[in-house]
Amino acid sequence: MEAHTAAAIELKHIVKTFGSVVANQDICLTVNRGEILSILGENGSGKTTLMNIISGIYFPDAGQIFINGEEAVIRSPKDAFDYKIGMIHQHFKLVDVFSAAENIVLGFPEKDGFNIKRSAQRIKDISEQYGFDLDPMKKIYDMSVSEKQMVEIIKVLYRGADILILDEPTAVLTPQETQNLFAILRRMRDTGKAIVIITHKLHEVLSLSDRVSVLRKGEYIGTVQTAETSEAELTEMMVGKKISLNIDRSEPENPQDRLVVEHLNCVDRSGVKILNDVSFTARSGEILGIAGIAGSGQRELLESIAGLQSLQNGEILYHNPKTGAVENLRDKTPLQIRELGVRLSFVPEDRLGMGLVGNMDIVDNMMLRSYRSGKSAMLDRKAPRNLAERIIDQLDVVTPNANTPVRRLSGGNVQKVLVGREIASAPTVLMAAYPVRGLDINSSYLIYNLLNQQKEKGVAVVFVGEDLDVLLELCDRIMVISSGKITGVVDGRSATKEQVGLLMTKTEEGDSNA
Amino acid sequence: MHNNEKHKREPRFHIAKRDALVWWKAWLIRGCAVLTALVVSGIITVLLTGLNPIGVYATMIDGAFGTTRRIWSLFQNIAMLLCVGVAVTPAFKMRFWNIGAEGQVLVGGLATAACMILFSETLSTPVLFIVMIAASILAGMVWAVIPAFFRANWNTNETLFTLMMNYIAIQLVSFFTYQWSVPKGSGQIGVINRATKIGWLPAIGGHSYLLNILVVLALTVFMYFYLRHSKHGYEISVVGESENTARYIGINVKKVIIRTMLLSGAICGIAGLLLVSGTDHTITRDTVAGRGFTAIMVSWLAKFNPLYMILTSFLIVFLQKGAVEISTTFGLNDSFSDILTGIIIFFIIGSEFFINYAIKARTVQKGENA
Repeated sequence: MEAHTAAAIELKHIVKTFGSVVANQDICLTVNRGEILSILGENGSGKTTLMNIISGIYFPDAGQIFINGEEAVIRSPKDAFDYKIGMIHQHFKLVDVFSAAENIVLGFPEKDGFNIKRSAQRIKDISEQYGFDLDPMKKIYDMSVSEKQMVEIIKVLYRGADILILDEPTAVLTPQETQNLFAILRRMRDTGKAIVIITHKLHEVLSLSDRVSVLRKGEYIGTVQTAETSEAELTEMMVGKKISLNIDRSEPENPQDRLVVEHLNCVDRSGVKILNDVSFTARSGEILGIAGIAGSGQRELLESIAGLQSLQNGEILYHNPKTGAVENLRDKTPLQIRELGVRLSFVPEDRLGMGLVGNMDIVDNMMLRSYRSGKSAMLDRKAPRNLAERIIDQLDVVTPNANTPVRRLSGGNVQKVLVGREIASAPTVLMAAYPVRGLDINSSYLIYNLLNQQKEKGVAVVFVGEDLDVLLELCDRIMVISSGKITGVVDGRSATKEQVGLLMTKTEEGDSNA
Repeated sequence: MHNNEKHKREPRFHIAKRDALVWWKAWLIRGCAVLTALVVSGIITVLLTGLNPIGVYATMIDGAFGTTRRIWSLFQNIAMLLCVGVAVTPAFKMRFWNIGAEGQVLVGGLATAACMILFSETLSTPVLFIVMIAASILAGMVWAVIPAFFRANWNTNETLFTLMMNYIAIQLVSFFTYQWSVPKGSGQIGVINRATKIGWLPAIGGHSYLLNILVVLALTVFMYFYLRHSKHGYEISVVGESENTARYIGINVKKVIIRTMLLSGAICGIAGLLLVSGTDHTITRDTVAGRGFTAIMVSWLAKFNPLYMILTSFLIVFLQKGAVEISTTFGLNDSFSDILTGIIIFFIIGSEFFINYAIKARTVQKGENA
């Protein structure tokens, strides 16, 4: 480990496409021994794809990879291991009923045969060297998230990896655990290992890494020395200059409070806080954008309003425009919410897994919202059929006919069917999560127009988006969420991209220094 | 080892998912599968037994349709299998893997037998029939709703649970067979009310099985409309396809699971009634004769469409009847008929692959592109 600045990995002109989507466009990148390199980028910027190429999960369409100065062909994770590359994925791949040691040696042919005691001793040696605090005999199901992560890291070290790639390692950790992990990573760096961490948390990048490489929309933007950069510069590199999209935006007419959310808190199954004291107001005739890194609590926020998420505390108050009554939607099921006369429409992120039934045809999917109407025990397919025909006609849904299962439609057409149905029930609140994800330009603009039409009709629209250019041109107000907490609400007409970008990566002061 | 050979070997063929196939093409593929199955069975027959396959097939047909009695028996058996198939279908459509129909039918039969034995002298015939029907339906429902309740509330595995319930049902029948055995201690019940025929389902126009067949036909048509055109049936499909969607639109998933299993169990109970009161007039551990499991195949082969299930249950019963006939006529072992049945069903199930997937040959590309 003499050569301190020798390149461990060099990527040259890497290209990877999935269908028509370019995930990596001509990427050149160098990782040195004895350094920590951060790869920074928004969701969909191609970070994970690039790392999957290095670790043998994907094979690049074009470009070259050099390991220790020699050209390498990595066709499988096993090839990657032969080059001593180890990847620690965001989602752990461990056998729950096995102990740490058993998981670590699993599938690894040891030269001197399998002996769990000897393996445990080796694991202890590695732990001591780098400062892990782990009992090799502890079962995975007894472990906390951070212990499981340690097992994953030791697993690749045990196999002799000296290039480590960590995909968003701090997403699941508490601040203390994060500090602990960083200390370990620094010790590894000091022994000459090359470490790549994928992240979008700016303060972590600044406190941990030696250099930062930034990707944006599949393209390589540049690499800077951490010591010579600032949050503002990194944000600008990450979000880029503002691009004009020419989405029409009208002035909100007579906005009134429609949905008032107060102090929402919720935790996931393992007790991690997902929503942290979220309060906001959605007004009629206005599009409220929600910006944030994916997984910051957007889904849980919308689902708790729709009655699909149980809350620890907080209130969701709906102001009925007809009666003027105020209803509390908290702890109500979706059916109870509808029975209160609340006309809430929801376009969920998971279109075919939640919003629609893939194996059912368009007509039957139209019925999802309306099939209960009428006293008869039998279904009336006439009205849904008319609605299906109307949506196919008005939104130009490309389909053989209304009896085609929706899973056979393309992504854009699936979304048109879903949005069309949700709008057809004349909502007063319309929530849409990533409604243009995966859609082509024309379909995206069609969806923007539909949202704008709803806004002009006086609907309170809540739009969760990922493209800041779209959010800034479409929304009247933009609320930014980061790690389940609202970090700011800005005016859609005057806010800048950098402003929103900074809010997206902002965490509380206490968090980073704890 | 790590040289620069970058192009992977392309497979000669690849499999692609088909879009919906025109209905007649699908049936053409199925027809071809049956023909191929017959040819393969013929070859196997000649190889193993040296018999003329045409003769063997003729004997099979004779075994199923040879005499009026055989035809009635054939239709009675189809009706009973179809009835259990209709019963399990709503649960399967909901992706609730109920393999406990065997037990649910058996307890329905046991309840019927209990009424016939215990109340034949105390109740008048119409009242007895009402009590019998109610008891058999109730018994089937109880047997089905127990696993459903646990699944709905604690997400237990319904496959194991319903399977275990089968063994309890069989042991219960064993117990009561001993209790009610005639003569005492013989270990079998024998024909109940042989002389008086009290509690026997009436024959219509002299045909003792006609009532069974009509009841099952009515249930089949009911189930078709229930699944396709009722709000309940729609909820079953949504829950089966995606519980997330069901929650999203406010369907109470627990309620649907329990309601559907109650219906499933009720029809199983009726099947038990038809078997005990309308067919065997007795009960043994083997009264259901594996129909609870065969019905799963009936339902799957018909893709959970009750009307298609008439065809699939016909096919399976025909094969069983024919197989029994050839083993007696040619003095062949029972296993031989099982081989033929296996071959035919293998081809029929296999044909579904070719309906859903197309096999495309790769056009071989020459030239280097490293």
